[in-house]
Amino acid sequence: MKLKAPDRITFNTSGFCPGCGHGVAGRLIAEVVEEMGLADKLITTVDVACGSLHLTDWHFDTVMAAHGRTLVTAIGLKKVRPDNPVMAYYGDGAGYAIGMAETMHAGLRNDNVIAIVVNNAIYGMTGGQMAPTTLPGQKTTSSPYGKDAARFGKPFRIEDAYSGFDIGYLARGALVGAANINRAKKMIRKAFEKHMDNQGLCYVELLSPCPTNWNLAPLKAKDFLLEEMTQHFPLGEFKGGDTK
Amino acid sequence: MEKNRTDVTRCKGCGYCVAECPKQAISFGEHMNAKGYLTIVVDQEKCIQCGSCYRVCPDNVFEIL
Repeated sequence: MKLKAPDRITFNTSGFCPGCGHGVAGRLIAEVVEEMGLADKLITTVDVACGSLHLTDWHFDTVMAAHGRTLVTAIGLKKVRPDNPVMAYYGDGAGYAIGMAETMHAGLRNDNVIAIVVNNAIYGMTGGQMAPTTLPGQKTTSSPYGKDAARFGKPFRIEDAYSGFDIGYLARGALVGAANINRAKKMIRKAFEKHMDNQGLCYVELLSPCPTNWNLAPLKAKDFLLEEMTQHFPLGEFKGGDTK
Repeated sequence: MEKNRTDVTRCKGCGYCVAECPKQAISFGEHMNAKGYLTIVVDQEKCIQCGSCYRVCPDNVFEIL
């Protein structure tokens, strides 16, 4: 078996922290895109946060959107370049806080773009503050005694928010462990295939460890993700998948 | 025979590959790279080329030959 990371992603050393899931997410996207022969046609949009470091990490045509407006920028690109695959890549802060309106309206309209959302349960780049996805009781720099779910709400789950919408594909994967990563790659592949088939919004959320801001060693962060985070964010396909 | 080529200039020492390897072929060595991270070494004898390290690595260190 020969395995080599795609040339589109390996020309540069990534700027991510040790153990961050963004590197894996970028490689999975590059693998899928190269396998499907879309590397020269793909247009991506990135957000203003850790995910934007992919600007220098991958060799795709990329637009850096205003913060939280990644998905609408991708929708605009798709409208003027209908023959090109368009992917928005952003985090949970952009998707579920500042860009909540864009997330909901894209689901409502079922716009024909791919959304890859990396969820690490906090705001990573600004220093690990509490986000809408933060787990109850989780300690962050802005909730040093743990998040009080009665006051700040439960973690935001996209499958609940999109439950009434008829979108093309909705799935959640995790970026730790070889089995989970293989599964996440299949989800990304399915999103790209459905997108090329014009089936509407193809949304893949990927749970990522953030060892730096969780104040955990990378392997402890992996355990935290698999044991704690997946209890609030179940993995699997929710819409458009083969299994319910 | 070289089975698993590594580019440790990329390695950030997270240790995902060390934990994931089913044959315990990967361990931390004594070499620090230019960024100051303690990097990994692969025991080429023990490697079975399953590709688990390649999959979990966030920094594209591995190439399975």
